[in-house]
Amino acid sequence: MPGQTPSQTVGPFFAYALTPELYGRQGIAGNVMAGDDTQGDVIRVEGRVIDGDGQPVPDALVEVWQANAAGRYRHADDPRDDVPVDGTFTGFGRSGTDADGRFWFETVKPGRVPGRGNAPQAPHINVAVFARGMLTHAYTRIYFADEQEANAIDPVLNTVDEARRGTLIGDARPVHGRTVYCFDIRLQGDGETVFFDV
Amino acid sequence: MTLNAFYRPRDWESQPPYLHPDYASTVLRSPKQDLVKIDQTLSEVTGPHFSADAIGPLHADLTTNAAVNGEPIGERIIVTGTVMDENGKPVPDTLIEIWQANACGRYIHEVDQHDAPLDPNFFGAGRCVTDADGRYRFVTVKPGAYPWKNHHNAWRPNHIHFSLFGPSFATRLVTQMYFPGDPLQPIDPIFNGVRDPEAQARMVADFSIDITEPEWALGYVWDIVLRGRDATPMES
Ligand SMILES: [Fe+3]
Repeated sequence: MPGQTPSQTVGPFFAYALTPELYGRQGIAGNVMAGDDTQGDVIRVEGRVIDGDGQPVPDALVEVWQANAAGRYRHADDPRDDVPVDGTFTGFGRSGTDADGRFWFETVKPGRVPGRGNAPQAPHINVAVFARGMLTHAYTRIYFADEQEANAIDPVLNTVDEARRGTLIGDARPVHGRTVYCFDIRLQGDGETVFFDV
Repeated sequence: MTLNAFYRPRDWESQPPYLHPDYASTVLRSPKQDLVKIDQTLSEVTGPHFSADAIGPLHADLTTNAAVNGEPIGERIIVTGTVMDENGKPVPDTLIEIWQANACGRYIHEVDQHDAPLDPNFFGAGRCVTDADGRYRFVTVKPGAYPWKNHHNAWRPNHIHFSLFGPSFATRLVTQMYFPGDPLQPIDPIFNGVRDPEAQARMVADFSIDITEPEWALGYVWDIVLRGRDATPMES
């Protein structure tokens, strides 16, 4: 059986290839995930990637993957034909970080997706973080502060030490009639984000 | 609901750790807490899919995909191989993105200030989608070595950055392909972030006279192995 190819860091110079809009080229995905016709509540997710000294990480790449507003993943292995696919929504987004370590996405709030044993998971966005100085990427999830009831019974949140659970929950605030969720990713130290072995 | 199967875990014998102090930038960017093990769900076994339409102008021939008034300077090469999973099964129809320094060891990235010339005919990024047999093929120029400030007299071995999706979010992989016989590999902290020599060797391409095209370009073969599914389908 062939062994896994090892991961290596994305390095400092990925932006012109992976987020090439800054270089006048078309990328495969960007910060804006929802179009005018996308079903569901349009939300903004924003935050910073922060290192163990509390300093911004300006050369990180944040990728997100989520279900649509109905809770369906656009993927052949999501077997639930009774939950509709939204043709305007892939569920994938990519954001580099700026000089202040900031990333952002414009998307829709995902619906609920079943977990193991059909236990309902709370709405969440799956995240992979890459950066110079990270030899392999880190997985985390964004949950939503205004989904308290769903969060309370989410099997993944309940796997996490209660004291650290808050690192997975984006604070909600209304801005111009839209909800903005703030989700900082602390790679190390105080308030270190929970990362998953998936 | 029955899912096809879950993916084998990341093999931490093959995969580098987050903290590897010889690579100085890991010191403040590595999680200190243990990863929290979770059961895979639909969220992990699904992932983005890109068809050939997604490739756009940055296609798989880096010697032409950004040419302005000629060909890039450097040693023209072909890099090809198969993307497969741990079960040896080819991974068809998956997007690969690559980026690299030019033949002089300079990236077009605005932060790269290495005192080596940019090449007006070389952007240094390309994409392709694997075919039905999991095969990919890029044409490019051999990237130069370049200095970095990790330690005194630090130079990166020649390498091409690779980004792959595979069938799910769990199979996502960003890695680097190295060239055979490079004297910088044994002293490169990033290469040596991978401890197991066999796993290190999996990052090094093979020269191939069969892939080499007469009067035109040297050929390298590099196969890439993503996480594979466990054999038995599981009730989710
Ligand atoms: Fe590099």
